[in-house]
Amino acid sequence: MEKRTQFPVGWLPYALVAPQLAITIVFFIWPAAQALWQSMLVQDAFGINTEFVWFENFGVLFADETYVESFRVTALFSVLVASFALSIALVLAACCDHILRGAKAYQTLIIWPYAVAPAIAAVLWAFMFNPTVGIVAYGLKSIGYDWNHQLNGGQAMTLVVISSLFKQIPYNFLFFLAGLQSIPKSLIEAAAIDGAGPVKRFVTIDFPLLSPTSFFLLVVNLVYAFFDTFGIIDAATQGGPSRSTTTLVYKVFHDGFKGLDLGGSAAQSVILMTIVISLTVVQFRYIERKVQY
Amino acid sequence: MIENRPGLTFFCHAFLVASIAVIAFPLYIAFVASTHTAERMFEIPIPLLPGGELLHNYATVLTQGVAGASTAPVGRMMFNSLVMALTIAFGKIAISILSAFAIVYFRFPLKYFFFWMIFITLMLPVEVRILPTYKVVADLGLLDTYAGLTVPLIASATATFLFRQFFLTIPDELMEAARIDGASALRFFWDIVLPLSKTNIAALFVILFIYGWNQYLWPLLVTTQEDMYTVVIGIKRMIPGGDASVDWNLVMATAMLALAPPALVVLAMQRWFVKGLVDTEK
Repeated sequence: MEKRTQFPVGWLPYALVAPQLAITIVFFIWPAAQALWQSMLVQDAFGINTEFVWFENFGVLFADETYVESFRVTALFSVLVASFALSIALVLAACCDHILRGAKAYQTLIIWPYAVAPAIAAVLWAFMFNPTVGIVAYGLKSIGYDWNHQLNGGQAMTLVVISSLFKQIPYNFLFFLAGLQSIPKSLIEAAAIDGAGPVKRFVTIDFPLLSPTSFFLLVVNLVYAFFDTFGIIDAATQGGPSRSTTTLVYKVFHDGFKGLDLGGSAAQSVILMTIVISLTVVQFRYIERKVQY
Repeated sequence: MIENRPGLTFFCHAFLVASIAVIAFPLYIAFVASTHTAERMFEIPIPLLPGGELLHNYATVLTQGVAGASTAPVGRMMFNSLVMALTIAFGKIAISILSAFAIVYFRFPLKYFFFWMIFITLMLPVEVRILPTYKVVADLGLLDTYAGLTVPLIASATATFLFRQFFLTIPDELMEAARIDGASALRFFWDIVLPLSKTNIAALFVILFIYGWNQYLWPLLVTTQEDMYTVVIGIKRMIPGGDASVDWNLVMATAMLALAPPALVVLAMQRWFVKGLVDTEK
C-alpha cells in the first residue's frame, strides 16, 4: 500500500490525518468504548448509584421475552427483504441485459427510488396502504380483503418489507446489471451454438458467474435490513402493532430514549456491534478471495 | 443478441414496464394527492387525476408548514437538509482525501495504527452506539446546531479507502517528476493529485449528498427545536397517531419536496452516481 518513493516526513502527514482521526476518536471510538463499559453497569432509578455487574445485563436481556422476539422479527424481516430484493432485481437486470432497445431509459426509471430517503419511502407506501384514505387499501377492500396495518402485525410487516424493497431493488439491480454486462459474450455465443436456449444459458452460465456479486449483495442487503431500515420502521409503524415490527435497532432506540434503560440499551448496542463486525469480516474475507481470481 | 426470440423480448419489455409502473405508482399518487384540497382527500376513493391546488399547496407548505403539526415551514426544513447534505458531502470528501494522501504518500510512525483506526469506523454505524454518541454531542453543547448535525457523521472509512485505492493507481513517475522540479508535498497535492481526482470526487459527491440528505436517526436525536428539523424527520411529525386530522394533501406535497433534491441529483449525475455506487462498495 505504499509508493516507491515518499515525501520527507515532518509534521505534515500528522496534520493531514488529524481531522479524520479527531472525529473518529471523539464520535466513534470513545462512544463505542462507553457502550462497552456501560453494558456492564447497572444504575438505580435516580441515576445516583451505579454498580459494576459484569455480564448481568446480557443475562437479563436474553431472559427478556421482548428482546428474543425482536431477534425473531429482525431475522424474518431481513430474510424477506434480502430474498425478494435479490430475486426481483436479478430478473429485472436479466431482462434489461437481454433487450437492445431502451435499456438505458429503463435503467434510469428503475434506479431513481434509491435516492428517496427511507422515511419518505415509508410515508409514500403507508399513504397508499392507509386504511382510511389509501388507494391500495381501498382496492383490497373492494375485492373483500380487509387491510389495516395499524392493527394487523402481518400486514404491518408486509408494509415495511415493501417499503424496504422499493429502496433496495434499484441498488441490487445496478450491481447485477454490471455483473451481467461483464460476462464475455463469447461464452454465451458458444453455449447458443451448442443449442442452449436463453433460460438454460442463464441458469448454467450467467447465474454461476454472478455468484460473487450475489454473495456480496447478500451481505450488503442483510446489513441494510439490519441497520438502514430504522427510518422506514419509525415512519411506517413505530415498531407496532404490539412489537410485530420492532427490529433490534428499533428496540435499542426505543429502550434507550423512551425507556432510558442505560445498561440494557448499552448491552443491546454491544450485541449489534458484534453483528456488524461479523458481517464486515465476512464481507472482507470474501473480497480478499475475489482478488485471487 | 444471440438469436431472435420475439416472445422472450416481449416478455422482458412487459416485465420491465410493469415493474416501472409499480415503482412509479406511489410517486404518482403522492403527486396527485398534493394537488387537491384537504377536504377532497377524505372523499373515498381518493382522486386519481391531478387537481387544481398545486401552486397553493406547495406555497403553503414552503412558507407556513402544515397547520397543527409542530414543525417549522418546509422551506426552512429544506434549508436545514441542504446545509446538512452539503456539509457532510464536502466534509467527508475533504478529510478523507487528506488522510488518504498522507497514508499513501508518506511513511511515518504509527501510520498503520491510524489506518486501522479509520478502518474500525466501518464497523460502528450510528445505530449501534446511539446513546453514548448522543451523550458526547450533548456534553460538547452541540445539540440543535449544524455542527452537531453534521460533524459526527463526517468521518468516513469508505471514502478514505476509495481515495487510497485511486492514489495507488497514479503513476509514481508523476510524483518523482514533481519532486525533481522542487514541488513540496502540498503543492503536488494541489496541482496534480486534486485535478486527477475530479471524477472520483464527483462520483463520491452524488453518493454522499444522498446519504446526508436522507439521514433520519441522527437528526431525530440531535434536534429538539422545530427550526432545526430536517425535512426528512419533519414529515414524520406531520402524521400524528390518529389519522383523522392529517392534511394528506400538504403531507404529500412535503414528501414530493423532500424527495426531489436527491432524486434530481441522481438523474442529473447518473453516470457519476453509478460509478460512485459501484466504487464505494468495493
